[in-house]
Amino acid sequence: MDNLLVADKVSKNFGEFRALNAVSVSVPKGSIFGLLGPNGAGKTTLIRIINQITMPDTGQVLLDGKPLKPEDIQNIGYLPEERGLYKSMKVGEQVLYLAQLKGLTKQEARKRLKYWFEKLEIGDWWNKKIQELSKGQAQKIQFIVTVLHQPKLLIFDEPFSGFDPINANLIKDEILQLRDEGATVIFSTHRMESVEELCDHIALIHKSNKVLDGKLTDIKRQFKTNTFEVGLQTDTIESVSNAIKEKFEVLPATFRNLNDDVKMNIKLNANDSSNDLLSFLTSKAEVHHFVEVIPSASDIFIQTVKNN
Amino acid sequence: MNHLPLIIKREYLTKVKNKSFIVMTFVSPLIMVALIAVVAYLSQLNNDKDRSISVLDETGVLGDVFVSTEHTTYTLLTNESLESAKAMIKANEDFGLLHIEKSIDIVNVLPKVRFYSDESPSLSIMSSLERKIEKKLSDTKLLSDGVDIEKIKAAKTNINIAQETFSGEKTSKIDSYLKLAFGGAAGYLLFMFIIIYGNMIMRSVIEEKTSRIIEVIISSVKPIQLMMGKIIGTSLAGITQFVIWVILGSILMIVLSSVFGISMTEMQTPQQDIVNQAMQNPEVANEMQLAIQSFYNLPIGNLIVAFMFFFIGGYLLYSSLYAAVGAAVDNETDTQQFMMPIIMPLILAVYVGIFTVIEDPHGTVSTVFSFIPFTSPVVMLMRIPFGVPIWQQVLSFLILVGTFVFTVWFAAKIYRVGILMYGKKPSYKELFKWIKY
Repeated sequence: MDNLLVADKVSKNFGEFRALNAVSVSVPKGSIFGLLGPNGAGKTTLIRIINQITMPDTGQVLLDGKPLKPEDIQNIGYLPEERGLYKSMKVGEQVLYLAQLKGLTKQEARKRLKYWFEKLEIGDWWNKKIQELSKGQAQKIQFIVTVLHQPKLLIFDEPFSGFDPINANLIKDEILQLRDEGATVIFSTHRMESVEELCDHIALIHKSNKVLDGKLTDIKRQFKTNTFEVGLQTDTIESVSNAIKEKFEVLPATFRNLNDDVKMNIKLNANDSSNDLLSFLTSKAEVHHFVEVIPSASDIFIQTVKNN
Repeated sequence: MNHLPLIIKREYLTKVKNKSFIVMTFVSPLIMVALIAVVAYLSQLNNDKDRSISVLDETGVLGDVFVSTEHTTYTLLTNESLESAKAMIKANEDFGLLHIEKSIDIVNVLPKVRFYSDESPSLSIMSSLERKIEKKLSDTKLLSDGVDIEKIKAAKTNINIAQETFSGEKTSKIDSYLKLAFGGAAGYLLFMFIIIYGNMIMRSVIEEKTSRIIEVIISSVKPIQLMMGKIIGTSLAGITQFVIWVILGSILMIVLSSVFGISMTEMQTPQQDIVNQAMQNPEVANEMQLAIQSFYNLPIGNLIVAFMFFFIGGYLLYSSLYAAVGAAVDNETDTQQFMMPIIMPLILAVYVGIFTVIEDPHGTVSTVFSFIPFTSPVVMLMRIPFGVPIWQQVLSFLILVGTFVFTVWFAAKIYRVGILMYGKKPSYKELFKWIKY
């Protein structure tokens, strides 16, 4: 697959402190790429390097196969976590100014702005000052500023903070639509449910090192423990449980379901297939519930960070 | 991509459209002019006040020195006791009573003199009374020693050394004062400009930090572009404000003086009295002529060109430092410790300018300080009216430009790192670390 952005062994020191240690990531074209990591891991530094706000000490960043140039800021839209707008400037003027800094002409910016104002149901804010808007309203403006110049690469750092669930959904749909229209999205967040929902690929940075990356489904496959969540109905609860425990490694399970007598997580034995387990279970009791336990992004995150 | 014009435009328009800026621009000259008018009016009031002073002279020889003037009437009292004189003056609500005690031998034993009044008299009244008595007494002493006072008066001479340069330009002492006034005004203007608008730049950098827009902006433009745009935009706004002040101030002065009849020449300050008297003196009239001539002798062209260059150079040098300070901190209260090293050389420059340039415009101290980049704009501007060789000006300016380039580089480094740093106030040590990032 084609990569839009490749960071190649990027390192950055701040004095004695090594913020990034030879981190390499590849962001496939048209994907939503989750950049994850605990606080202070180095995500923001990497994002700032991609935005050419800071320069890497060693290593390089390629956009479309070519090293980043100052002009590439036009191809990148960045919504930083520490975001803000000029408080005493009017909405219209401000967005036009920021769009012009990204290389749009005033006329073009005005035209696109109208489109976005309609789309996000922003009516007569043009002459309002940012300080007169609510936090969520200001966030919407900020989102428009990020995408207005139609960049190839969009970088969102915690895009949903400050939004109510309705607006968060609105923004999520916009991000998905932008992806469908061909944009590539780098998405940094601590909210694992949105990673689950949106990301195709992820990379995990921990203590300045990349510790994990790849397609989310591949990673999940890699992290799965061949464990199955099982719900059985039987009259002889004790004997069935014991029979299973003798043959398999078993963990307690909690899930909601109608009157199952036995609930447990069962780990497959080496060289067994899920069918082997299933046929064993059917021979003992009536199977009502049989699901493979797939590790959540959150599980993967916690497990990886703890192991490092 | 060059976004500099766009940034300058925004910075300029935001400053100029700011309400408090507009209020400041239009109200300050009003306040200034009103203040001057009030002071002028008050000083006129003060001088217009008529006073009558009674003199009780028990020696009988000093009475004739007290000659009434327009605003002060002297009344000589005779055959009154001190007590009754006091009572009378109190009843008349006169200003005061000067009592000169009887003295047997006025030449050798000084008479005791005392002034009685309700309100304590001003210094100028007292010294004027003292002068009158002193003069009379010393004349009397000289007379008793057999000295002819007329001869002493006749022997008084007044020498005025005419000055001329080797190239034949006539100069005078007044010339020096004029030069000092011009140089001082230029230097002081720069000083004020740096302090007022440097602070404005600093605040606008801090504002960008606290509103957290900074990261959005510098993902679009280079920090140095943003910094330069800020400095230039704010300076243009400053120049706009200055020009409006000057125009508005002059208009207001003219209007005010014609409407209220407070003419500046009528302001009866003591200095002006002297000037007026002097004007009638033919010798001094000649001096005035010289002064006008020396104005034309001033290196006006040089002054204007140098003013522009040193003004811009000095201003940019300092304002880049202000921008760096703004970037290093989170709020204005934290700026104090970093302001000191900026303000100190500025104040030093003004003092060196005032104290050494007057004394010796081409002496070692003034010359050295007119080359040190942080003081050179102010000191050099003060020196130039006295004639500074072009090579010195050029060299000093080149040093200034070199330092400016270095400071901007230095400030941009701090700026680049600082604008993304939040939280604790950095120390100087940390600032130096930032340069290496």
